[in-house]
Amino acid sequence: MMQQPIEPGPAEPFVSPHPYATQRALERRAKQTADGARRETLLYLDGVTKSFDGFKAINKLSLVLQKGEMRAIIGPNGAGKTTMMDIITGKTKPDSGEVFFRGDVDLTRHDEAAIASLGIGRKFQKPTVFESLDVDENLRLSLAGSRSVFSALRHKRTVEEAAKIEAILATTRLTDKRHRLAADLSHGQKQWLEIGMLLAQDPELLLVDEPVAGMTDAETAETARLLREIAETRSVVVVEHDMHFVRELGVKVTCLHEGSVLSEGTLDHVSADPRVVEVYLGR
Amino acid sequence: MILARFLGPRVWLLVAALLAAAVLVPLSNLWLPADHPLHVPSHIVPLLGKYVCYALLALALDLVWGHVGILSLGHGAFFALGGYAMGMYLMRQIGPRGVYGNPVLPDFMVFLNWGELPWFWHGFDQFWFAALMVVLVPGLLAFVFGWFAFRSRVTGVYLSIITQALTYALLLAFFRNDMGFGGNNGLTDFKDILGFPIQAGTTRAALFAASCVALALGVLLVGAVTRSKLGSLMTAVRDAESRTRFIGWRPEYVKLFAFTVSAVMAGIAGALYVPQVGIINPGEFAPVNSIEVVVWAAIGGRGTILGPVVGALLVASSKSYFTAVAPDTWLFVLGGLFVFVTLFLPRGIIGTIDHGWTGWRERLKASRAAERGAGAPPAAPPQSPGDLPSPAE
Repeated sequence: MMQQPIEPGPAEPFVSPHPYATQRALERRAKQTADGARRETLLYLDGVTKSFDGFKAINKLSLVLQKGEMRAIIGPNGAGKTTMMDIITGKTKPDSGEVFFRGDVDLTRHDEAAIASLGIGRKFQKPTVFESLDVDENLRLSLAGSRSVFSALRHKRTVEEAAKIEAILATTRLTDKRHRLAADLSHGQKQWLEIGMLLAQDPELLLVDEPVAGMTDAETAETARLLREIAETRSVVVVEHDMHFVRELGVKVTCLHEGSVLSEGTLDHVSADPRVVEVYLGR
Repeated sequence: MILARFLGPRVWLLVAALLAAAVLVPLSNLWLPADHPLHVPSHIVPLLGKYVCYALLALALDLVWGHVGILSLGHGAFFALGGYAMGMYLMRQIGPRGVYGNPVLPDFMVFLNWGELPWFWHGFDQFWFAALMVVLVPGLLAFVFGWFAFRSRVTGVYLSIITQALTYALLLAFFRNDMGFGGNNGLTDFKDILGFPIQAGTTRAALFAASCVALALGVLLVGAVTRSKLGSLMTAVRDAESRTRFIGWRPEYVKLFAFTVSAVMAGIAGALYVPQVGIINPGEFAPVNSIEVVVWAAIGGRGTILGPVVGALLVASSKSYFTAVAPDTWLFVLGGLFVFVTLFLPRGIIGTIDHGWTGWRERLKASRAAERGAGAPPAAPPQSPGDLPSPAE
């Protein structure tokens, strides 16, 4: 597995009496170059395609996320944003293409639970928390640690665990709601609890789907602050419709359309792109 | 003290009540004179024992239905398998006292002209082996069944239908004479258990006490499991199964654990049931039986531990009463009870009491706080400046 990163550059002329051998050698060299580049990335999607009953939800999508990067993903409805998240988290298997995490972990070979344990956390568009459990138990179940049934049966609450939960409650401003049932929280508080559950998982990469849907302006600003704080130590992918919020995040933006990347760059660059304008405003 | 806080007072009260019954009912039956007002007549003791076994079965079902959300319509199968394992032991205990006097073969095998004991009847002359099979056979069946069903993510009504099919398939299989389990007559005519005559008052009292102890242990087990972190996880799986996957849990294993433990409990209930009623036949596999268990748990209140126990005792004893007094009305009573509970007490009896109690306490707290608020000077501003505005409700 350990290969020296190959310097990218013009390939040396390869001399072989057999044209097929030359072709294979060149292919191999190209693959090594690509693998070397891939190894440095956190998330690497190349040529990913997924169709549902003939409709291509994702069409030859390629996307690279560096370690520690925060990225905003925008795009009109049906652009494939949620399907992309489904593919990364193992909920959906792509028809073709490569999905790699940390350079060499092939995510298409793992299921949701394994991918979550690898260090990819996901927040859903509709806040999904465990309603019959209180805030504390919601976070406790999400805390990183063993995921075996028998260890859960024998599990005893520890001081470190309580301290971690305390810290997350403070970050997400839920300290006084600690023993409330999650069902009794307001919409915004559920969104934050879900972000808190993500933090408890201690993932390397967070996928956050529309975190500010249904939030007030003040909550939106607070959520942007929270995500920027999280992004200092982790990589984050945020899918969002709210341009105001994306501007507040101030990060690189990728615009998806019909399952592939339409435009990528700063928000100003992307929103000035005539193709993006056309997609958003219609022809 | 720590244990009391760990499981909550209700579980301990229930356990204490069961242990008290395990002592008092046999005492009253064996030592009080027959005309004493507190005397429990001898024909009532096995009847009570039967209800206690039903309660254990309902508790087992509720572990998967009330706590993990798997509606099993086939728990009667595990109950019957445990019962058959015990029945096979009791058959082997008959020995040469059968009608045909064959020292090894049970009567029905002699009747079918079988030359020797089928391989799967070997070992059942030993109690320890039979007891092992009581646990192992239902547990293994549940494990294998659950392994395939849960891993292929079969849930909801589809799973319920498969469990119903499972018990129906076993019903048909056990009806066949060449299966070697006595066909439609099942196993009966038992003489001894562990060397004690099965009809004797003391044996029946001991069986009743054993059933109470088994139920008490079951209550403790379910209490401990549901109070652990695994219990929270079970609730999480019940409410939002797919969400648990995205934080790294494998809900199929949680379900498999609960389903297997539950099947073992059902098997033990069946094993205690058979010597007290004196017969086990394929009728125990009937899909209707399994549905009745669901009705017990629903009426008592699922997910409450006490609920299924109360539901089973209540419904089973009213069944005995109504089928004796007015046999034709029982199905109407049961149907009416189910409709009434579904419409007016959707949480079941215990669930409704719990809910009413918490609601009443919260209202009391709120009204007290309001009184205090009215008497006190204006309170501090509800939010300090650093606080966030409260999110839109």
